[in-house]
Amino acid sequence: MEPAVLTGEHYMTGDEACAEGALAAGCRFFGGYPITPATEIAETMAARLPKVGGTFIQMEDEIAAMAAVVGASCGGVKSMTATSGPGFSLMMENLGLGICLETPCVVVNVQRAGPSTGLPTMAAQGDMMQARWGSHGHYEIIALSPSSAQEAFYQTILAFNLAEKYRTPVLIMTDEVVGHMSERVVIPEAKAIKIVERTRPRGRKDRYNPFEPGEFGVPPMASAGEGYNVHMTGLTHDERGYPDMSVECQEQMVNRLVGKIRNNLDDIIRTESHRLEDAEVVVVSYGVSTRTAYAAVEEARELGIKAGMLKLVTVWPFPERQIRELAGRVKGFVTVEINLGQIHLEVSRCAAGLAPALLVGHCGGTLISPEAVIEAVRRIV
Amino acid sequence: MKGIVHPMTDNQKKLVAKEIIITGFGGQGIVLAGKILGQAASLGDHLESTLIQSYGPESRGGACSAQVIISSETIHYPYVRKPDILACMSQGGLDKFVGVLEDDGFLLIDQDLVSPAGISRDYYAIPSTRLAEELGRKMMANIIMIGFITAVTGVVTMESARDTVEKSVPKGTEKMNLAAFQKGYEYGLAVLKGRRKKAEEKAGKVA
Repeated sequence: MEPAVLTGEHYMTGDEACAEGALAAGCRFFGGYPITPATEIAETMAARLPKVGGTFIQMEDEIAAMAAVVGASCGGVKSMTATSGPGFSLMMENLGLGICLETPCVVVNVQRAGPSTGLPTMAAQGDMMQARWGSHGHYEIIALSPSSAQEAFYQTILAFNLAEKYRTPVLIMTDEVVGHMSERVVIPEAKAIKIVERTRPRGRKDRYNPFEPGEFGVPPMASAGEGYNVHMTGLTHDERGYPDMSVECQEQMVNRLVGKIRNNLDDIIRTESHRLEDAEVVVVSYGVSTRTAYAAVEEARELGIKAGMLKLVTVWPFPERQIRELAGRVKGFVTVEINLGQIHLEVSRCAAGLAPALLVGHCGGTLISPEAVIEAVRRIV
Repeated sequence: MKGIVHPMTDNQKKLVAKEIIITGFGGQGIVLAGKILGQAASLGDHLESTLIQSYGPESRGGACSAQVIISSETIHYPYVRKPDILACMSQGGLDKFVGVLEDDGFLLIDQDLVSPAGISRDYYAIPSTRLAEELGRKMMANIIMIGFITAVTGVVTMESARDTVEKSVPKGTEKMNLAAFQKGYEYGLAVLKGRRKKAEEKAGKVA
């Protein structure tokens, strides 16, 4: 056996760091299908998982990959898959199954430029609304967005911890640049890494209800095959997991699925700010584009412009309250993202009536330049 | 910069950053070359560094480049815009990037793959492909180029570069790759020595 936590200093890509973060978090199952620019995550997991007592399966496609991940998690194993745009589209159906069955798991989307096959080896952030609404029905989702290899490591651990705590799939929305960029990654000792495990049921196995809410509105989760009564279906179901085609049951189930996220926003939402204290313009960004935003804020400050940055570590759920509070005291927002306006729509919605919001974006294939951001910042001040 | 006792201004700090582009075709080990330089700077010399790889959807033969930034400061924007060092292992790479190379930057070429004709600026040439063939493996031209870059530009220390080559190549090939690195490094030192000698002769004549 090899150590699951590669304590030490490494020079690795964001993809490799993501895989190492998963292993450090306790992930022991990966079901996937290779796709640029996410293949290196699968490659690393294929090489490492068997040596730490885990299982890697290359499935026949991404539909099956996502099904395998949901199944493995129901069996009690922390599980993950990684893909890019075309595969993410195929995963949407079973992602919804994972949400409905309240299955902890992590899905990584190393975004490339779309639509369709698009630019396989080039970056974009065009799947942010798909992350929010890509599967059918009304639900809440947690999505993180790392901007460096080091963040890919830590955010993957965070993703597993949130998935386990809230019994839900968690998305990591990275991109080709972060995935393929090599940087220094420092991996701490295993005992310094905080790991969250799903709450397990207690009491009589024949009295267990797999969907009876516990702490935070989250039901304790038994693994299939342990002897607890476990019935799972994508149909609307009651606390026993049995189908119930009534409006009342639908109301109860969906409200609880949505509520376990909405009622715990303070615990889930994470943002970082840079020079926001006296900022007149707030540059909002996430993932790789925060690197552009950071450089632009520094340059703007050198020009005497009071710019600051709000970095969304969790993009979903969206930090509505924070944007609204800022909107009350700043001159405006500039959202930086590699698409033609997705998170920008959220910023605009939350700032509406209080402050203007501009977008700096493009169709994908390259990073946004700091100059383009500074130009937009100037338009606001 | 020697002798300055005042703390550096932000602009001066930025000058510490070195931007490097290595260009070639998919399959030549261009990304590995970039990774060795970046890793040598990061883990060996304890500087900050980023490596961006850029290539097309084809697995071999397409245009490929590695962009490395080495800095004493945190690197935010990871794209290279005005390289200080441009190492070309393909004609296309030279044609694409020579225009953005800093005026006082280093241009290095594999003279077997890139024609020096038409280059209107100072450059350093090495027959790295031919030297690699002589050492028994054409594939090692990238490692020879790393030795050459290290000697000519001093962007990473020789010790860090050599150690990183040893750690980065497939097991069992360390010895021949270290020989390739040494070959490129010594070739670089010889080129520098030749230039110094020439400059001294010229200075002597003037005196």
